[in-house]
Amino acid sequence: MNNRTYYNEILTEHNMNPLHKYALDKPVKIKRGVNPSCGDDITLQVNVEDGVITDGAFVGDGCAISQASADMMLDLIIGRKVEEALELKDIFIRMIHGEASDEEIEKLEEASSLQDISHMPSRVKCAVLGWHTLEEIFAGNDKEK
Amino acid sequence: MLNISEIRKDFPIFSAYPELAYLDNGATSQKPECVIKAVNDYYKNANANPFRGLYGLSDLATEKYEEARRKVAGFINAGSADEVIFTRNATESLNLVAFSLGEMCVNEGDEIIVSVAEHHSNMLPWRLMAERKGAIVRYLEPEESGEFSPAKLKGMLNDKTKIVSLTAMSNIYGFKNDIKALAAVVHEAGAYLIADGAQSVPHSVTDVRDTDVDFLAFSGHKMLGPMGIGVLYGKEEILRKMPPYMSGGEMIENVSLEEITYAGLPHKFEAGTVNAGGAIGLGAAIDYIDSIGMEAMIEREEMLTKLAMDQIAKIDHVHVIGDKNYKNHNGIITFKIDNVHPHDVASILADSNVAVRAGHHCAEPLHAFMGIPSTTRASFMFYNTEEEVLKFTEAMSQIRSLMGYR
Ligand SMILES: Cc1ncc(COP(=O)(O)O)c(C=O)c1O
Repeated sequence: MNNRTYYNEILTEHNMNPLHKYALDKPVKIKRGVNPSCGDDITLQVNVEDGVITDGAFVGDGCAISQASADMMLDLIIGRKVEEALELKDIFIRMIHGEASDEEIEKLEEASSLQDISHMPSRVKCAVLGWHTLEEIFAGNDKEK
Repeated sequence: MLNISEIRKDFPIFSAYPELAYLDNGATSQKPECVIKAVNDYYKNANANPFRGLYGLSDLATEKYEEARRKVAGFINAGSADEVIFTRNATESLNLVAFSLGEMCVNEGDEIIVSVAEHHSNMLPWRLMAERKGAIVRYLEPEESGEFSPAKLKGMLNDKTKIVSLTAMSNIYGFKNDIKALAAVVHEAGAYLIADGAQSVPHSVTDVRDTDVDFLAFSGHKMLGPMGIGVLYGKEEILRKMPPYMSGGEMIENVSLEEITYAGLPHKFEAGTVNAGGAIGLGAAIDYIDSIGMEAMIEREEMLTKLAMDQIAKIDHVHVIGDKNYKNHNGIITFKIDNVHPHDVASILADSNVAVRAGHHCAEPLHAFMGIPSTTRASFMFYNTEEEVLKFTEAMSQIRSLMGYR
């Protein structure tokens, strides 16, 4: 039942002072992700050049976990190849479901701090919202809903 | 004065989770041992299909089930046990009355009034029925306290109005509405009044004859009873005229391939094998409530509400929804904390072993009306303690700093 571990400084810092929470000028790809039951709502925007994510940002609102997780994700994927980003997305989602190895989790850098959410089933959807939206944006569903 | 430490021993779950402050009673209440035992005893010692067997055990099951119905009738002061229909929950009760009363009296262009503050279960059945019938749903807006103004309602009524359905106690505001005054206004206009009693029946004295409400829906599980049993009270003379909702076994008198004669009340509305164990559990819950006394329970819930509201008033950035006066909250405290999402509030409280609810509480239109996407709600029951309330308010006072606000 204990969840003190994930309301830590990394999380509150990304929630209060997100680096990537703003609108890009002319994003190449844009996708909205919503958790209807709790109102988490983000719109993810990315620029891609030659298979590399050159820039990314998000706007929206919701709980600290959904917002901080999206910010951590953008920290991690900006500057990476699309395939690499999608691989990290897979690791993150498996981590949240308690199925990733320690070695894999290390690759997630700060986003690994959300690991313990796997013990709080009711918050899993908040943590994965940004990452699922990332998956969608590259699955060819990159129109704003 | 109630001896709460003794009373808490009646509830096995409190010994299973001694550290947990369970403050989500608006969602469902905990169950005393006597209720659990009554359900158990029924299946051990009295189980057969009620109404169906021509043997002693079936008669016993029927008798126990009907005894539970009489207890419910007494508890809400119904004129007759025939006016008590067992359902699964308040939601099913409201669907039943919306469908059947709608079939009976709503035509194209007619009007139905519900409030903006309704739980989805007292809004969507009416909207769906109106859609089928080509009728119009109009929305009464609550005052800031959560109260429904009889005068404002009166201004909305006209000769097209057939049905008004309102909550007797909102699960967000906790305000107890004056159903008697509202019923008088509705009846003057020749319409029917339905009250959603899901919150009011467990937390206030209910008297359907005094209030003159036409229908009242509530759930057993919010009033110490088991899940899966609910009640629709309806006035006999209206129920008689209403067509059945579900059809099948037990709700008929005779069936031939040409003709159906329906059973009398209340069986016309109880198609299929009934939830006898659930009804008997609800009967036991009513006995338990009577043994403690509804007035004593209300007094304690008021005391706990006052304590919580006094403490919350000392915490900056916390805003309670509804009336300023604790007496108009009936154990329900819905609040928002500036810049902290309700799901984070609830998770942080969970970390301190305090169970509350967060979200829109099945009242999304109300949240849109208030201009807040979601809220957090603590809801008390007489068995909660002052220590639990203080644990809750103490944890609440830490939330903003935990989230990084100085
Ligand atoms: C005011 C109100 N109405 C209706 C309901 C629906 O009750 P149930 O889910 O037991 O059918 C609830 C509780 O969830 C409620 O608080």
